[in-house]
Amino acid sequence: MVSANNESDTSTGLLVVVSQGQSRSPEKRALEDSISMIAASLPSTTCLVVPHLYDLASDSQSVNKMRQWAGPIVILSWLFDRAGFWVLDRHEIRGQHGEVQLLNLDLVNDEDDEEEDKEDEKAADRVTNIAVRPSRKIYSIDMRAGTNAEMFATEFRRILAAEQLDAPKKDLLSLDRFLNPTNSTSLSIDGSGKLDGNSTLSPVSHESPLGIVPLRMDEHPQRRWYPVIDYSRCTNCMECIDFCLFGVYGVDRGETILVEQPDNCRKGCPACSRVCPENAIMFPQHKTPAIAGAPVDAGGFKIDLSKLFGAPERDEDPAEAAARERNEQLILAGRAAVDFAPASSATETSEAAATPRKPDELDSLLDQLDALDL
Amino acid sequence: MSESLRFMMGDFAAEFPTDRLYAKNHMWAMPSFNSVVRFGFSAYAVRLLQDIYFLEFGIEEGAELQNRQEFGNIESKKAESGLYSPMQGKVLRINERLLNDPSGINVDKYGEGWLMEMQGDSSEMLNPMQYMEHLAKAWDVAQRTIKGQANTIESSEE
Repeated sequence: MVSANNESDTSTGLLVVVSQGQSRSPEKRALEDSISMIAASLPSTTCLVVPHLYDLASDSQSVNKMRQWAGPIVILSWLFDRAGFWVLDRHEIRGQHGEVQLLNLDLVNDEDDEEEDKEDEKAADRVTNIAVRPSRKIYSIDMRAGTNAEMFATEFRRILAAEQLDAPKKDLLSLDRFLNPTNSTSLSIDGSGKLDGNSTLSPVSHESPLGIVPLRMDEHPQRRWYPVIDYSRCTNCMECIDFCLFGVYGVDRGETILVEQPDNCRKGCPACSRVCPENAIMFPQHKTPAIAGAPVDAGGFKIDLSKLFGAPERDEDPAEAAARERNEQLILAGRAAVDFAPASSATETSEAAATPRKPDELDSLLDQLDALDL
Repeated sequence: MSESLRFMMGDFAAEFPTDRLYAKNHMWAMPSFNSVVRFGFSAYAVRLLQDIYFLEFGIEEGAELQNRQEFGNIESKKAESGLYSPMQGKVLRINERLLNDPSGINVDKYGEGWLMEMQGDSSEMLNPMQYMEHLAKAWDVAQRTIKGQANTIESSEE
């Protein structure tokens, strides 16, 4: 699906979205608060505070609010930056990767650069080269990248300059349109800056001028678990739809793979990400950084006590792990386990080329999908 | 909870009530009728984790788990870990209150901070004295593991 470039004069500057973590860590909460206060005070900047990005439903108030924004967006979350970017993409909040300089340094290494320099042999197959995203920038920042709000403020100022938005005053008229849309889905904020879905009152805060306080979306979504596809890696090979036996995946009208029924996904199961030949499938909440969207196979920052708390010793390759995890989920769902039959192209590295599918296999797969009337 | 045994983790005295059993993966086990067993984290586990910030169950109530099958994960100020089933059996209840406030484990680990209830055969559980012996061995390994990982973290930050 090709999205039109809908940047226009209604763009209101920079939107900074702070996605709150699920963790009760007081340090994390304090950092979220100070980042959002600083962001709201910057020129040409509006700050929106939303619940944990990954848990948001596509029809939630928070997602609707973000969708209204045509200009550049900074998304801050307790997720790897790649995961944050593609969760937004999934909600049709799309754009190009904005360059971020505030990086999670523990995860950066030199190999990353080398990989980018290498010519992508499959560039033509990548979904984003077929369904091109709009040109506006989305800057995804992993909040673990900074320890104090000033580090983030420096990054925001750099982005504002790069977007040529470092003018001294806010565009109050268009900001007012964002804060007070006139259509029926409009939301307003009360005096404390909290959005209230039912209120039709005017939203102006008493203390601060319009838009100087962060907007806080008052939603409490349930925890979710589903795969997120990185379409800049995905080649639409259909390994995942083949592998998953829970009906999570589907295809859109352009026959591009999509996560059609995210809530069919089995909580905790990352198996499909292991069979993806391009490492394009992320489970942002998985404890293994490589599965959660880390740029490289980096270790966590915290001590992993799993071995001490009874984690079984395992020596299995990704295809075996995927088959075991899928069987565990089938049994949990009261279904029969299936035989371990590794797909020919199931490998762990993106280096290994996916075995090209024979057209007749793909044809028959699509025929089956058509028959299902998805 | 009248009596308890004590195990020294360095200078820290971890207490283990004698009114219940223990699993090797550092959960306490309180059997009741009909093979129903309530599980929670032992003082040893809570001491290693310290302040708990996040808890996630990867299963629903009613799930049948194998012994040591992963069913969730936990994150604290200092550490993170998968959660592994202490026995084979059916999960009857999970303590939903911990999802919003996992610090309930720190506050009352042997009471309101219980983790889940399972139905199954708990005959493999250790009595408190056996658990003390298990801890003596486990503590050596734990210290080596923590030191080993801490060294790795420091060197990777340089």
